[in-house]
This record gives sequence, structure tokens and C-alpha cells, in this order.
Amino acid sequence: MGFVWNFPLFTIVLSLFSGVLCTVLSGKKAKIYTMIYEVILIMMTGAVLSYTMRTGQSFTYVMGEFPAPWGNEIRAGILEALMAVSFLVIMLCSVIAGGRYLKKDLDESRINLYFTLINLMTAALMSIIWTNDIFTGYVFLEILTLTSCGILLVREIGRTTLAAMRYMILNLLGSGLFLLGVVLLYDITGHLLMVNMHQSIVEIAKEPAHLPVLSIALGILTIGLAIKSGLFPFHFWMPDTYGRATPTSAAILSSLVSKAYILLLFKIYYRVVGMEVLKVLPLNRILLILGMCGIIFGSFSAIRARNINRMTAFSSAAQIGYIYMGLGIGGIAGYTAAMFHILAHALTKSQLFLTTPRLAEVSGDRLEFKYMQGSALKCRAAGRTFIISSLSMIGIPILAGFSSKLLFGVAAVDSGSWRTVIAVMVVLAVSSLLNAMYFIRTMVRIYTDPEREKTPDDTDGEVVTAKEPGAEQAQEPDADDEERPYEGQTTGLDYHLPMIVLTAGNVFLGLFSWVIVDLIQRGLAMF
Amino acid sequence: MLETFLNNYVEAAAIILFGVGFTMLLFQRNLIKKLMGMNIMDTGTFLFLASMGYISGRKAPIITDGVQSVEAYINPVPAGLVLTGIVVSVSVTALTLSMTVRLYRRYHTLNIDDIYRMSKHEMEDR
Repeated sequence: MGFVWNFPLFTIVLSLFSGVLCTVLSGKKAKIYTMIYEVILIMMTGAVLSYTMRTGQSFTYVMGEFPAPWGNEIRAGILEALMAVSFLVIMLCSVIAGGRYLKKDLDESRINLYFTLINLMTAALMSIIWTNDIFTGYVFLEILTLTSCGILLVREIGRTTLAAMRYMILNLLGSGLFLLGVVLLYDITGHLLMVNMHQSIVEIAKEPAHLPVLSIALGILTIGLAIKSGLFPFHFWMPDTYGRATPTSAAILSSLVSKAYILLLFKIYYRVVGMEVLKVLPLNRILLILGMCGIIFGSFSAIRARNINRMTAFSSAAQIGYIYMGLGIGGIAGYTAAMFHILAHALTKSQLFLTTPRLAEVSGDRLEFKYMQGSALKCRAAGRTFIISSLSMIGIPILAGFSSKLLFGVAAVDSGSWRTVIAVMVVLAVSSLLNAMYFIRTMVRIYTDPEREKTPDDTDGEVVTAKEPGAEQAQEPDADDEERPYEGQTTGLDYHLPMIVLTAGNVFLGLFSWVIVDLIQRGLAMF
Repeated sequence: MLETFLNNYVEAAAIILFGVGFTMLLFQRNLIKKLMGMNIMDTGTFLFLASMGYISGRKAPIITDGVQSVEAYINPVPAGLVLTGIVVSVSVTALTLSMTVRLYRRYHTLNIDDIYRMSKHEMEDR
């Protein structure tokens, strides 16, 4: 038992402490403190990752030295450490790249409180990743809900409060169901620690008469987490929530918070229930179907969206569908694909949500597509990032999205049921097509210079010249509008640095996916 | 069937309470009533949890008269969980109430449909 064993607990406790500390710091100091602190956390979790990779097995940290059935435990393996490191890196990147908009959206005196929320959220994320106790999972799930609602509410304009309210109500429904599920599971197993629960559940599942109770408990729990993470029928809150939040919040909510819920669900499926018992229950198939519906409907809604943030948010709904599809396919291959996609989507979506406000800024703070024509020409860096992340979303090789789609295909073939194979392949193909439709359309839009488009250089018809004066008039105010923000520097080091990190991560996942896949599989073996 | 319900009447009541609360939270249009529903829902869960820990004929797990046998006391863990749950529920209620206040100040109504309708007419800030 080395000193490294303490690090998972440190990440949680120190984050809680930092949250309190940030309330007394000034805004700027709180920001700098949070950044330094996140770097320290990344190092700590990195140490845990390298330690678990070296020893080749996970370790269980028993709090207060109370033995198994009574105490509270933290369990760290490769998969948890990998998730923790990547979540923290994305968190840090979002905080740095979105910092510029925090000043705009928040009162100067309240910026430190935003970092309080961010630190508390880090604590919640970390404990959901590390915990081995289902009730601790519930408590930190609620902290995550509260803080995510908080970082939504900081932007006090327009319909944010309403969006936050809807988000909160749905989350309350979700946590109520989750709590009931946890209580039912506790009722039938008599344990709260996941490993002990697993042993009881294996015993219970031997008797077929007990299976309905188990299915109901797990079903309630799954619905709860599905509402919270935005699986298909419950995804309608996403565009309002992500579209109206300040960029840092949007990036964190879409790439980390919803993933934490899925991670908890996965933990319950894999560690508490176990794959053998899961095969007997009908849950997998339902998740598979709902995930596929989510992919298709999310993509269609994204095509219909008229606002770039709404489009990105609906695309999130589709990507959440992918992860649930991976869970639904089941088996080691399916879970590997799901875990890989959690990382891939988290990297890509945070990049998108941090890029769109830049593009909006150069088009007069408007997010609607019609105002955004040519915005990438004014802000080249944002345009480049948008292209990279969009291509990754579509699934172009050498980027993360391609690897995860490949993994989903492989997982479907591995599952051995020809119906699953056909369904997954069709859904993958259709969704790639739909993704390409709306992302490429957006790319073309942001790279089309509105002035050049309206006055074609090959003047051949009288019709064009007849329309010319009208068109120019309509254009005039827009052009004036666009000149103003263009002058200011929209992308500085605070944008380039995080984007380079995220893009590098994206390309790494695309080119060297086998490294991560190997890590995930080793992590699953010791999970 | 009926007998099962009668034997486990506390659990049955808890689940009914949960259902009442859940539907209130989902379908009531008034924000305060929604919140009440949320609290009823949580209380239902707590009742369920507390009833599980209780074993009739036994005492609260506090050693006063020197009896140390496990057989003499009820299970204290569910009570601890209920307490934790209550704390969570209180904080969630507080945050939701503060949001309700903010919405009321802006729109002067508590009906979420009306608020939604009004906000649609509002100019998009961004």
C-alpha cells in the first residue's frame, strides 16, 4: 500500500475544500487557483493511472479502516484513472477557453462563486468515478445535479432560468427514480458496497422467481439515469440547456456531466449486476433500441435546427445514443466501445461548444446560421477547430469519431446476433450520413463569404443585376455589424492552448486508438 | 395478492406516495406544487427505507442497559441513509425554490406553461 493509494480520496476531499476556499478569494485569484489546482489533480490521477498500470490490478481504499460490509470504499483501477485524467483535462481546457466569456456573462464580484461551483463539481465527478458505494454515488449524483444547475444559472439573461428550471425538474425526476432503485436494490441485497451487492445479486438471480424484482429495481434505476443523461425520449431538454449556458458550462455539461451519469450506470451494470446476470434480464435490448432511436432522432433534430448551438446540442443527444447503444450491445467489446466513445465525444463536444461562441462573436453575437455566414473567415482559428471537431463527429479516419464507430461495428459483430449486427451497421451508416449532412452544411456556411456570394463575379444575367440593389441594402447593416467585433482579438493563447490539447487528444484517439482500447480492456478486466 | 399488500402495508403506502409525488412533479403546472410533489416523492422513498430497517419488537440501536446482542436492536444503516437523503432533499428544494423566486420576479406567475409562453415572445438575448 503506497502513498498513491490516498490520491483518489485526496482528489475528492481537496476539491471540496477548494470549493469552500474559492468563496473567499477574488475572481481572478479563484480562477488562477482553480487552474493550478486542476493541474495538481491531473498529476495525482496520472500517478494513480501509472501505478495501476504498473501493478496491473486495482486497489481498494477502505475509509476509516472499517472492513467490507460496514465501511465506505474507494476503488481505483486503470479505467477509473483514465476517465478521471481525461475528465480533468477537459475540465481544465473548458475553464481556460471559456474564461473570456465568464467575464461577459457574470458580474465581476461573482466570478469566484463560479469557481466554487466548478470545484464542487470536480469533487462530485471524481467521487462518482472512484466510489465503490452505491449510496455515496447517489449523494454525489445530487451534488453534481445541484452544481450543474448552478453553472447554468450564472448567466442571468433571457431564458436561462427557465432552461435551468426544466433541467432541474427533469433531474429531480431522475434522481427520485434513481434513489428508489438504489433503495430497492439495497432492500433485496442488504448491502451498499458494490462488490458485496454483486455477490448477493448472483445468489438472487439463481432463482427465476426473483428476476422480476431485480428487473424492476434495475429498470427504475436505469430510467432515472437515462433521464439525467438525456437518452432518447428524455433528450428534449438538451438544446435549451446547452444552447443558453455560458460556453464553459455548456462544454462541461455536455461532455462531462452527462457522461458521469452514464459512467455510474455502467458501474452498476458491470460491477454490481455483472454480465452473467445482465444476460438474463431484458434491459440490454431496451437500451440498444432507445440508443438507436436517440441517434436517428437526435440527428434529424440537429438537421432541422437553425441555431449552431442547438444543432450541437442535438448532436450531443445523438452521441449519448451511441454510448447507450454500446452499453446495449453488451459484452466486453460493447462496453469498450461505449467507454471509448465517452472519451471521444467528451473531447470533441467540448471543442465544439468552446468554438461556437467564438464564431458567434465575430458575427455580432448571433448564433443563428443566417448571421454566421463567413464567420470562419474572420476567425480562422475557430474555423479550423470547428472543421476538425465536425469531421471527428462525422467519423472521418484519423480522428476519434472514426475509431469509436469502428469499435461499435466490431462490438456488434462480436455480439453474435445477426439482428444486432444489421441494426447497428444500418444505424451507423445512416447516422454518419446525417451527421455529414448537417456538419458539412454548417462548415460550408461558415466559410462562405456573404459578400462574394451575393455579387457573383461572373455577371451574366440581367436578373442578378436587377436584384442587386435590394440585396446590397439588406446586406449593409449586417456588414456594419460584423465589422465591429471583428476588430477585437477573439482568439488568444487562452483559446489556442486548450484547443491544441483537445485536438491532440482527438487525433491521438483516432490514430492510436489501440492504446486506449487496450487500457480500457485492461481496466475492464480489473474493474 | 391482497394479503401481500396488507402484510407490507408500509411499503405499499411508500410506493403509492412515491407515485403521487412523481406524477405531481411531472404533471403539475404550478412550480410550488411541483416542488411539493418532489418532497412527497422523496418522503415516500424515506418511508420505504425506514420501514426496511425496522424490525418489530426491537429497540433503537443505542446501548443503555448493557444488552450487546445484535438480536435486540434494529438495523441502523437505513436510518443513516434516510438522514443523508433528507439533507440532499432539503438542499435541492432550497435551490429549486430560489429558482422559482427568480422566475416569479421575472414573469409574475408560477405556471410553467405561462412562463414558457411568455418567454417565447421575449426577444432572444442571443
